[in-house]
Amino acid sequence: MNPLIPLFVAIPLAGAFLIMILGRFIKDFNKYFASLILLILLIFSIYSLITTGSKLSLYKVGGWEPVNGVPIGIYMVMDGFTVIVLCIINIVGFLSVFYSISYIKRYTAENYYYALFCLMVAGMNGVVLSGDLFNIFVFLEISVIGAYALVAFGVEKNELEATFKYQVLGGIASFIILFGIGLIYWKTKTLNIADIKASMSSGYEKSFYLFAQILILSGFGLKAAIIPFHAWLPDAHSSAPSPISAMLSGVLIKAVGIYVIIRLFFNMFAITEGMSILITTLGTLSMVIGVFLAIGQWDIKRLLAYHSISQMGYVVLSAGIGMILISRGEKPEVAALAITGGVFHLINHAAFKGLLFLNAGAIEYTIGTRDLHEMGGLSKFMPATSATSFIASMSISGIPPFNGFFSKLIIIIAAIMARFYFVALLAVIVSIITLASFLKFQRYAFYNKTDAVNERKIKEVPFPMIFSMVIMSILCVLLSLLVIPGIRELVLTPAIDILMDPSKYSSIITGN
Amino acid sequence: MIAYWMCFILFLVGLYGAITRRNLIKIAISLSIMEFSTFLFFALIGYIDGGVAPIVDPADPVKIYVDPLPQALVLTAIVIGLATTAMLMAVIIRIYRKYGTFDIREIKNLRG
Repeated sequence: MNPLIPLFVAIPLAGAFLIMILGRFIKDFNKYFASLILLILLIFSIYSLITTGSKLSLYKVGGWEPVNGVPIGIYMVMDGFTVIVLCIINIVGFLSVFYSISYIKRYTAENYYYALFCLMVAGMNGVVLSGDLFNIFVFLEISVIGAYALVAFGVEKNELEATFKYQVLGGIASFIILFGIGLIYWKTKTLNIADIKASMSSGYEKSFYLFAQILILSGFGLKAAIIPFHAWLPDAHSSAPSPISAMLSGVLIKAVGIYVIIRLFFNMFAITEGMSILITTLGTLSMVIGVFLAIGQWDIKRLLAYHSISQMGYVVLSAGIGMILISRGEKPEVAALAITGGVFHLINHAAFKGLLFLNAGAIEYTIGTRDLHEMGGLSKFMPATSATSFIASMSISGIPPFNGFFSKLIIIIAAIMARFYFVALLAVIVSIITLASFLKFQRYAFYNKTDAVNERKIKEVPFPMIFSMVIMSILCVLLSLLVIPGIRELVLTPAIDILMDPSKYSSIITGN
Repeated sequence: MIAYWMCFILFLVGLYGAITRRNLIKIAISLSIMEFSTFLFFALIGYIDGGVAPIVDPADPVKIYVDPLPQALVLTAIVIGLATTAMLMAVIIRIYRKYGTFDIREIKNLRG
């Protein structure tokens, strides 16, 4: 029993209630208290990252011990892969909330903003820590209800339209997921992920589980905006307030989408070749179509949102390649390399895409527009924003020595070693198009001269916004250290080990 | 078995409505149909023919009990469904105030 685990959900939930009650009476309570909560969670998650290593710690809610080796009650599980995603959630969450201190001043109802933010973080922490299927669904709904409300926070025409699309598609996804969970419960009579895996090991109906797998994949695919399900993402991510866009794009689609897909398909379902080829195809399609849709965009946040789809394609694709190799039972070291690339890119994407959305927010805060045509020459007036966005742009395009280069390199090498030459070629081409797209962003926003800008008085953004952006850009550089042997064993290897061995997760939890 | 298929058909009816209807309120109703077909499916999973409520009676030990877990799940899911439906309705009311219509064809600011 690790007593730290429930605190990741309890602290932000309690914080959301306290902000709603005390925030009315105490001036400025909401922003500092929300930052404090996220700072505490940040410290806890980094502490867990250091102490967890390759261990797997459990928390049984309510103290229900297993009966005859069958787990009953709710399990919360923390392993190497969980702590990585926890760290992403709480680091990006803390920086976004700190950034909001000055950004959110122009909106009314700040109490609601910070309370919903804490609710969203509580839901996401719950999803990654949950050890059974139904609680994944419950926490998923908690986090997306917070996200629906925050996307609509501006309550203007665009925001409402975006949140309506997001809610309808998100609602369909939730019920598809719930239906899939029902099907799995019907056959296995258990909801615990580890126990489902254990009960499947004695034989199962292939066609029945194929149907359940398709339902789960399409449900969480909708939440993660993999390409045939991506329609809501550009609208929702570009209409939300910028710190929320950073949370949605940097964290939410990973924690409630990609993380759950990877967790369930590696650790719960038996890996089949057909499903792995399907996942690889979806990843490749996301990667290619997302970047082509991004080329023609002139709204900065829409451009960044389409790049999110494309970059998530890299992660799904590398997880898919890993699954194909595991299902064929060949080249386990290449499979491990592919999954390493995927998980590493997941971490890196949180850093640079969070930073890019914060930059877009800083530009919008200063000149009041998101249209690239109306910007230009900002590098002179906003040196910190310009420098940090340059780092992020180079990082997402895969230019050494920034972190994006190393993760893309690992993914491409793994694809070549697994003999997916065409996929590797596509990954390289997409990376080049991404570079072109971000050079356009840099040129039109920061270097091009236009008369319209010079007439206005432009200042650098306030300190909390600069602080968040600078810390994110430092992370963009430092995260590339994760590939160095010695540091890699501490962070990435435990996560890869738990994913590579299909039965390890379930055998530790059920104790068989 | 026919009941399970009816559940799935009801689910598809809801999905069809959510995709094809053009009135915002009707989309919300279709989502509710999907939701309740899923709840019905959960209730059916727990049902066992001839089963009674799972209260163990020492005097009469040989009994068939229905599965109580899906009922607990459905109760939780209903509460969540209430929250999402309320949220969706709030957004629809706001949209009506801004656009003055429920027709989804006239709500198309966001493109590309």
